Amino acid sequence: MSDATDDIIVDTATRIFQDLCLPATINDAEKGVWPKALWDALEASGLTVAWVAEDLGGAGAAMADGFAVLRAAGRFAAPVPLAETLMAGWLLARAGIPAPGGPLTIAPVHADGDIALGGDGRLAGRARRVPFARNAAHIAVLVRRGDERAVALVAASGLPISHDQSLAGEPRDTVSFDGATPETVKPTDINLDMLQRLGAAVRSQQIAGALEKILEQSVQYALDRSQFGRPIAKFQAVQHNLATLAGEVAAAGAAADLAAEACAGTDFGIAEIAIAKVRAGEAAGNGAAIAHQVHGAMGFTYEHTLHHATRRLWSWREEFGNEAVWATRLGQLVAAEGADRLWPFVTQHT
Amino acid sequence: MTTSFRFDPAELPPEARELRQEVRAFLAAEAEAGTFSPHRGKGGFSREFSRKLGARGWIGMTWPKKYGGHERSQLERYVVTEELLAAHAPTRAHSTADRQSGPVILRYGQEEIRQQILPRIAAGELCFCIGLSEPNSGSDVFAASTRATKTDGGWLVNGRKIWTSNAHEADYMIALLRTSPSTKENRRHGLTQFLVEMKTPGIATRPIINLTGGHDFNEVVFDDAFLPDSHLIGEVDMAWKQATDELAYERSGPDRWIETLSALTELVRVAGDEPSEHLAEGIGRQIAHLATLRRMSLSVAGMLQAGKTPAVESAVVKDLGTNFEQALPDKVRLLAPPPGDAQPDGNDDRFEEALRYTTLIAPKLTIQGGTREVLRGIIARGLGLR
Repeated sequence: MSDATDDIIVDTATRIFQDLCLPATINDAEKGVWPKALWDALEASGLTVAWVAEDLGGAGAAMADGFAVLRAAGRFAAPVPLAETLMAGWLLARAGIPAPGGPLTIAPVHADGDIALGGDGRLAGRARRVPFARNAAHIAVLVRRGDERAVALVAASGLPISHDQSLAGEPRDTVSFDGATPETVKPTDINLDMLQRLGAAVRSQQIAGALEKILEQSVQYALDRSQFGRPIAKFQAVQHNLATLAGEVAAAGAAADLAAEACAGTDFGIAEIAIAKVRAGEAAGNGAAIAHQVHGAMGFTYEHTLHHATRRLWSWREEFGNEAVWATRLGQLVAAEGADRLWPFVTQHT
Repeated sequence: MTTSFRFDPAELPPEARELRQEVRAFLAAEAEAGTFSPHRGKGGFSREFSRKLGARGWIGMTWPKKYGGHERSQLERYVVTEELLAAHAPTRAHSTADRQSGPVILRYGQEEIRQQILPRIAAGELCFCIGLSEPNSGSDVFAASTRATKTDGGWLVNGRKIWTSNAHEADYMIALLRTSPSTKENRRHGLTQFLVEMKTPGIATRPIINLTGGHDFNEVVFDDAFLPDSHLIGEVDMAWKQATDELAYERSGPDRWIETLSALTELVRVAGDEPSEHLAEGIGRQIAHLATLRRMSLSVAGMLQAGKTPAVESAVVKDLGTNFEQALPDKVRLLAPPPGDAQPDGNDDRFEEALRYTTLIAPKLTIQGGTREVLRGIIARGLGLR
């Protein structure tokens, strides 16, 4: 992604993160302090409605632009529901619902999610592990109305929300929709699987960003830290570990871009997204392990910022389908096409 | 500070897509005619097959027309290369010349030699080998000691090259020879590239049989072999400057991640169209690696086409790619349904053959063309660690 529009949008996002997403911001957010200045700046710049068409009150940016912003957000471990607000805005806009202001999230996030909209206009069901639910002003809910799918815009205030968190300390809450009345409901062509695909592409991109960050941190730490009379960067074993980390970072980035491109199309190619979530998920685990090894005991402290990225890597790789889930789907696709179509499958989907 | 490397997305132009279909149709017809067996996965050596490719314009594709080339893009060349490799077509008679030797001659060779040699490579008529390693100079390429001494009208060569693939079949070698001692300031100084005609008196080639029982590499002994002045490639003593970009071409191509593909293809065949979840997951993981590598490799081709020299990115692709292709037979082995007497012979035999072959060649994949350790050193330098 290198054209001029991308660069301006990413530069804007990066400047905001540099100024307002500091290590203390991230630690405070984990303690429950809402990073208001950061969120307000993102919202004022229009980045939070990147995937909403202009006539629906959004920025009307390309899917690719939104993904590029999410890579930057991943780099900075931004402790706000930017990814979730982008997805919610997209889901609402696809159904023709204008984006409300404020932070948003989506539900359900699991493949077996089931929220029903009854004839009385009330919702029934609950969603587990909804990201940032307690911080959201509204939730975009993909609901079942009889045999049809619809998008319901639901105000979050007044919903019973029980708090839980990801292993990165980000809110992952259980939300009960029983008896709630949506502000708006519109039919949609999106199903739960499409939402899972978009979520997987989004998390792949955030993983790619966080991996870039830990490579940068690990290289710098190896140059700064001296042992046995020289920087540990001079030891071949450390160099080779970092070279391996660089490979994982590059692979995750390439895979995430593949998924982002697939999401620019209409069908959200399942093969591309599966490839991305499997490869980025593997890179997340492999990469975090190397970064911690290079940082030694220092990187295992809460005081050091390495865990801002590594704990998110471990949490993001699980969400919207982990490597096992997507690898199984991918393998089934390849098997159904057969051995003689394996190579054409690879060239078609990369 | 940004330490991550750049892999710009590359999009194949429409003409490359048409070309892919042409290559696939050609390969299907050749496989049908029994020219080669895709599942055998050995590539193989066939001058006849190379000449057919030359006639179709699929060798020297990016070179100028005046040297027999076709002035097509790096991306088109990439498509042809990956299709040939994925089908395990017999390309060994021309692949080294097409990938490395031809471009070196084009860039640094003397005009007379370019005119004489390049059209014949492009026609698929010439096989090349590369004379780099020596008994005491393996990964440490710039320690080469095989000597070229100036004499009347040319150079006299004495010494030994080893692990030289295809030397016993090759018409020519591009050799790295010592013309001066290295200097205190630059230990890479003093080496020069030469074109060597393998029929030159004073050159003896001896086979070294590898662990598969096959004959690929050789020892080549030089005993006062005479090379004419016209065979000097580039500047005397300055080969180290020429070798760097050559490696960008060598290291990122599909041959660095595709060599054991037959094991995965045949696993999918024995798996059938509804494999167990465990097997599907195993296949899916390997496909994810393969597809990602292909994207990265294509990206490097795109950057080369755009006039960049992504040397470190190439090393990254080769390191990831060779580790993947080396590990693949072992992953496949453990995923395969257990052998049994009730299984139909055909597919099971193809699978066994592919698995045996890829298991046996696996060790060399992270050694040839720059060891894993050398590559990681290059990447570490790119990261600013050394």
